[in-house]
Amino acid sequence: MKRLSRYRRHKAVGPALLIFALLGIGTTFSVASATTASEITTADRSALIEEGRQIFLKGCSSCHGINSEGGAIAPSLVGVGAASVDFQVGTGRMPMADMSTQAMRKAPLYTPEETAALAAYVASLAPGPEIPTEAQLNYERDGSLAEGGELFRTNCAMCHNFAGQGGALTQGKYAPTLMGVEPKHIYESMVTGPQSMPVFSDKTITPQEKLSIIKWIKAAEKEPNLGGASLGRVGPVTEGLLAWTLGLGLLIGVAVWLAMKAR
Amino acid sequence: MTTEQRIGQVANYVDERTGAAAWMKKNLQKVFPDHWSFLLGEVALYSFVILLLSGTYLTFWFDPSAREVIYEGSYAPLEGVQMSAAYASTLHISFEVRGGLLMRQIHHWAALIFMASIVAHLMRVFFTGAFRKPREGNWIIGIGLLTLGIVEGFLGYSLPDDLLSGTGIRIAEAIIQAIPVVGSYLSYFAFGGAFPGEAFIPRIYIVHVLLLPGAFLALITAHLMMVWYQKHTQFPGPGRTEKNVVGYPLMPVYMAKAGGFFFIVFGVTAFISAVASINPIWLYGPYTPGQVTAGSQPDWYMGWLDGLVRMAPPLETYFFGYTISWNILIPGLIVPGILFTGMALYPFIESWITGDKREHHLLDRPRNAPNRTALGAMSITFMLVALINGGNDLIATNFDLSINQIMWGTRIGIIVLPPLAFIITKRLCLSLQRADRELVLHGRETGRLLRLPHGEFVEVHEPISPEKAYLLTSHEQAPALALPDVDGRGVKRSGALRNKLRSRMSVAHSEAVPKVSADDLKEIEHH
Repeated sequence: MKRLSRYRRHKAVGPALLIFALLGIGTTFSVASATTASEITTADRSALIEEGRQIFLKGCSSCHGINSEGGAIAPSLVGVGAASVDFQVGTGRMPMADMSTQAMRKAPLYTPEETAALAAYVASLAPGPEIPTEAQLNYERDGSLAEGGELFRTNCAMCHNFAGQGGALTQGKYAPTLMGVEPKHIYESMVTGPQSMPVFSDKTITPQEKLSIIKWIKAAEKEPNLGGASLGRVGPVTEGLLAWTLGLGLLIGVAVWLAMKAR
Repeated sequence: MTTEQRIGQVANYVDERTGAAAWMKKNLQKVFPDHWSFLLGEVALYSFVILLLSGTYLTFWFDPSAREVIYEGSYAPLEGVQMSAAYASTLHISFEVRGGLLMRQIHHWAALIFMASIVAHLMRVFFTGAFRKPREGNWIIGIGLLTLGIVEGFLGYSLPDDLLSGTGIRIAEAIIQAIPVVGSYLSYFAFGGAFPGEAFIPRIYIVHVLLLPGAFLALITAHLMMVWYQKHTQFPGPGRTEKNVVGYPLMPVYMAKAGGFFFIVFGVTAFISAVASINPIWLYGPYTPGQVTAGSQPDWYMGWLDGLVRMAPPLETYFFGYTISWNILIPGLIVPGILFTGMALYPFIESWITGDKREHHLLDRPRNAPNRTALGAMSITFMLVALINGGNDLIATNFDLSINQIMWGTRIGIIVLPPLAFIITKRLCLSLQRADRELVLHGRETGRLLRLPHGEFVEVHEPISPEKAYLLTSHEQAPALALPDVDGRGVKRSGALRNKLRSRMSVAHSEAVPKVSADDLKEIEHH
């Protein structure tokens, strides 16, 4: 010990300690990250990516290019991340049925396993947003309802309507309804910004705030129509229609009857 | 003492002190003609009574204040959210006050039905020519009531200070600011400073619950008294002249009918309010200027105005440091101003065109006034096109259309369709007149075919009843005004251009298929 302390002010001690610390951190990190990813071995992962690549070549490459480099009609998928694939394919938007104004939600063409393979393949091209895990999506526990409502009205309602019913955008595009959308897909859409939607990065809206928004949307979905028939939750247009048709219609019917009976 | 004697004593007691008996006898026997379309105005009147009653109930709990509060009520999704006291108290009415939500919905549905029945009543009066002398003044009062109704409705749904109504107030502010030069000052005056401020909600509250209802009561009273004094118009028919009124007496027939009808109007309004949601402010959230929702629309009676603003092209000019926003000024103020002024002045315009200064108590069948009917159809078409554009975003999403296409469609449509509606309606009216003429001359087609001895097939026509024939021929067909360019001495008259316009319009107004005359009928009988 004494011999060691004799060299403690040696000029090589600083760099040596730095190298030692870096090695220590590196080793710790590699061990730690290896344990979290231990569910899928590297070999499994390669097999999954290869499976995804095969699906991609058959179903996606005609538009997105053999190497996902994009083309005249479709964007490059390098760096869009697994979350983007999971959202687009998982909600049935991709593959597109036709090249109309906007890819619409429909029954998914690929099974969840195939979607996972596709996502793994696209994620292997370049890093991008990851698919949130079940644990990350516990919105009932981690989200706040009232905060979600305020965030929704500030960031989402201008396109998706005050109750998430959707609304019109320019040139035939639209913000779709948010009713019946899986929490995972809502989260992914905020992270990846599909089609006309902007990206809400974790700096703009934190993951916890995203969960609050999801909690509010899910509550709105389940909320009973407190005042009677909802009329679509789209505001005064349907109300005016009902006032003229049912309201005035009934009253004119009664008026005709009253004037008839006098004869 | 029998019951009758006792009632008689009471009546006598009152009569000796007020002299009411003679007045009552005269007025309770007053006769009103019967037609379903005469009840449209009554729907408006009863809706107004419903509005007064339900509105009073709401004032017991509504707090017209922009003071910031933290919500602590029973609606969980808004718990702890900062909002105005006006919004919080509306939530309180909706969720905690017994019957509060139903009463709110009755108030709002009654407002929509009130405005709808006013417009329907207006159409009835217009298309039947009931606005003609001596009723021009009452027509103007009616236009005043319609205008006040639009303002009152707008202020009413603005009071809860929710996200949707706040957006509406923002647009109202923009329209105020679009008034050249003084606009921004007027806006500061109305809001007591910058938008939204704390002054606006309390101010519109007192206008909504005191000033305008007072004006309504005064105008409705004047409206009804004039109907009473000038007597109700009636449709033409045998025994009905310009000098009489054919119908049933007020007591007991109309007392019972009108009283019963009030309860039916109340019942229908309450039924709709019980089964259909209206203005779910808890879903909209409290108003913050930084927020807006897709599909922000006003109530239907403002929808045409919103539609006009939505279709206006982006035009702005700068004069001497002042901005003039033509894109808001024209659709928001100038066009409505022209429409409502034109509507108010129409009785005078028509009498100027026709030169008709006589009193009219018999109504026109719309087909017998083709020009007027066509003008009405043209105005309705204009309003409908504007109204459709007011809901362009919902139409786009529900029918898979592009909002830009709808905007361009209505931009072109609002110029092309009204004249088209005019031409089509006028031709339809003239065709109907021709059909009437055929009916009087040749009778009703029975559908029975007859084979004559020489082999020819003819359809048997039956003559129509004398009552029907009278109805189809009793209207008068005034010739166009003769307005010579030169006077008796061959000197050119002053105002030649105006006269030319007037005679042109008079010719258009008097265009008609000649009705069947007695000579025509005699000629037919000779056959």
